[in-house]
Amino acid sequence: MTSMTEPPAESFRLSQLIYDTRYRSMTIQVVAFILILLALFWLGRNIVSNLEDLGKDFDFGFLGSRAGYDINQRLIEYSNDSTHARAALVGILNTLLVAVLGCALATVLGVIAGVLRLSNNWIVARLMAVYVEGFRNIPLLLWIILIFAVMTEATPRPSDFRGDRPEASMILGDSVAITNRGVYIPNVFFTRSLGGNEMAEVTDSAEATVIASSSGLDWFVIILVFVASILGARAIGRWATAKQEATGIRPAGAFWMQVGTVVVPSVIVFLALGATLDFPGLRGFNFGGGIHLRNSLIALWLALALYTGAFIAEIVRAGILSVSKGQTEAAFALGLRPNRTMNLVILPQALRVIIPPLISHYLNLTKNSSLAIAVGYMDVRSTLGGITINQTGRELEGMLLLGLFYLVTSLVISGVMNIYNKSVMLKER
Amino acid sequence: MSDTHAQSVQFVRGTMIPEQDPPITEKGALKWMRENLFSSWLNAILTVLSLYVIYWVLAHILPWTVGGIWDAESLSQCRDIRDASGIDYNVACWAVITDRWHQLLFGFYPSELYWRPILALIIFGAAIAPILFETLPRKMLIVSIAAPFLAYWLLWGGSVWGPIAVAFGFGIGWAIVTYGESLLGALGAIIGAIVVPVLYWLFLAGPVGAALQATLPIGIAQIGSNQFGGFMLAIIIGVSAIVLSLPLGILLALGRQSDLFIINKCSVIFIEVIRGVPLIVWLFTASLLLNYFLPPEVSFDLMLRVIIMVTLFASAYIAEVVRGGLAALPRGQYEGADSLGLDYWQAMRLIILPQALKISIPGIVSTFIGLFKDTTLVVFIGLLDPIGLSQAIRADSAWNGIYWELFIFIGLCFFIFCFSMSQYSQWLERKLNTGHR
Repeated sequence: MTSMTEPPAESFRLSQLIYDTRYRSMTIQVVAFILILLALFWLGRNIVSNLEDLGKDFDFGFLGSRAGYDINQRLIEYSNDSTHARAALVGILNTLLVAVLGCALATVLGVIAGVLRLSNNWIVARLMAVYVEGFRNIPLLLWIILIFAVMTEATPRPSDFRGDRPEASMILGDSVAITNRGVYIPNVFFTRSLGGNEMAEVTDSAEATVIASSSGLDWFVIILVFVASILGARAIGRWATAKQEATGIRPAGAFWMQVGTVVVPSVIVFLALGATLDFPGLRGFNFGGGIHLRNSLIALWLALALYTGAFIAEIVRAGILSVSKGQTEAAFALGLRPNRTMNLVILPQALRVIIPPLISHYLNLTKNSSLAIAVGYMDVRSTLGGITINQTGRELEGMLLLGLFYLVTSLVISGVMNIYNKSVMLKER
Repeated sequence: MSDTHAQSVQFVRGTMIPEQDPPITEKGALKWMRENLFSSWLNAILTVLSLYVIYWVLAHILPWTVGGIWDAESLSQCRDIRDASGIDYNVACWAVITDRWHQLLFGFYPSELYWRPILALIIFGAAIAPILFETLPRKMLIVSIAAPFLAYWLLWGGSVWGPIAVAFGFGIGWAIVTYGESLLGALGAIIGAIVVPVLYWLFLAGPVGAALQATLPIGIAQIGSNQFGGFMLAIIIGVSAIVLSLPLGILLALGRQSDLFIINKCSVIFIEVIRGVPLIVWLFTASLLLNYFLPPEVSFDLMLRVIIMVTLFASAYIAEVVRGGLAALPRGQYEGADSLGLDYWQAMRLIILPQALKISIPGIVSTFIGLFKDTTLVVFIGLLDPIGLSQAIRADSAWNGIYWELFIFIGLCFFIFCFSMSQYSQWLERKLNTGHR
């Protein structure tokens, strides 16, 4: 029965490279590879010859030289004597700052708008539809410029706050001032600071536009304590659940113990460091004290958040709608109460649909923050990709670094997204 | 048993009660309001809150909008008219729109030639109609084929023979595919259809066009790209990028799904690099760096560079959307195509892509909407899109200080374009919905 015919030992013909599927894919790949190499070689040769013609070289040494320009919005120490690399770092931090603030606010707005759009309240649902369609169909750039114009044109001048009968007044118990030069909010400083941060440094500098004052160490300690207490609270939660599973009764007051674990240590650290609020007030012709949030930051932040929030609202709505009604009914049939149905049945399924596009919108928001150019916010594109390039004439290197920064940020975020996505994906064949 | 029961009941109605209207709270507007506005305490609070918000917004905007002044030469004249009519609140100065609408729409295109972009838009509409709506006669597709060349000629002007010479190259390619197969074989025909037109465009199209123009001069006034602006510019960039990026995006998606290692990796790198960097950085690359990558003697028009860059940018996004569609198809479809003995391109063309593209329509359209909105970014590299023109108008002393009227006009125009695109996509989705899911 082993009379299977031997495959004819035919000789290799050249036409097999094209017509035989065993070899054809290899042929196509080799041809494509050669073409791509040729294209890259051509581009590379052009760059080299163009650089030679212009008398330039390819050198990142400019990063170490003196920047010589000021940045009005900075999270870390910087002066015009600092290097271009430092200026780029200030820009990167500014980009990340507005991205994080924007993502946080956009999520809140988006979830609220998405849920309200599904509300059975007719007028609220229509109102949210107007918000979502309005922001989704009009360019972000227009919103940024519009909100910036509102901030600068439609808000009172600092001088309006002056006099016996001022035309404008501060809001929230005289703690926040909205002026056409920016928003002034109270600052927290520490009288018993760990980092030797003198209070004088904060109050004296009327020009202080630094968002977080230099008390970085204090904030680091506070965040550390806060994270530790959250971990502690979760441990208590696990202990209570274990107890419940063993005995059938959840220990009394477990919830309040968790709340206490989160709140009490942080408050104690705050008090121990001598946290005091520094309120903004009129000093001379302008407001002083507190934190000065520039109009550029506020406009960019609000516009990014409102714009992305509209997209997130649609994602949240689609996510909730994607869980079929049968799931809710089945959960009720099992005797689950409504909030447990939401937590155990609806949300895990809805989140699987919501999270991947949500993260890709965080990514979009981060990339869209490069529109800071429209309002003069000093993000990484304005420092490294703007002033530094203009001053040094290193557009090739500068744009390369700028592109690399955005690329790495995107790849990190999308890498995280993919890991998460794999963990919640429905397992199919 | 029934007797005892009858005796225990004191009263049994012998006749039907006449039909009554439902209670007043259960019908008409009152019922609707009870169900939709005040169904619970929370809803009632939300309703009152939303009504207040709507009132507040309208109270601020309506008098400003409705009382707007339409006929004035400058902002100061607007204010004079307002003061003369005794209005004590701010009103809109719509006169800036009546004065400058043509600039917002056409940029600095010569005003006596406005018929050219308008005619181009009409031709574009006629070209896109048979693609958008299947019920229209298929013969209209001839317009679609001719439209790009016609629109280019109308917008930029110059000799009619240039676009015709370029179009002839496509004719050559089509002829080789159709008639050359018997001579060259299938593969030879495809390679020939790519190589011959490219050689023709590189070496022959220019001289042929020039020679024809010399013998039979037909042409209209030439308009430089620097005179384009406003919504015309946004639409030209948007439409060209949309038309060019769809095929490129589909190819990239197929490349990313492909088993061929090198092609796969190249597609992935291209898509991820393009998507990872904001469009504005790519636009700056196009305006600052492109001359580094090209031989010194080649130089592109800035608008052409922008169109190329926006096309590449959009194609990476389209590729991801189409990849989603390809991945969403059940494996059985691929296996079914293989078992029918179709080769790769046949399977893709006849079985996979029609289904995958149908799934991806919402994503593709939303990419297009995003692309159209992103055309506003060209203002940063010196092209005069509507937002750039609004700054130019404000720079004029007559209209210095005018903001909201221009923003509202621009925003409204974008809204109309984008909203109608999304409505079309929803209509198409409903139409193509064959009952899966």
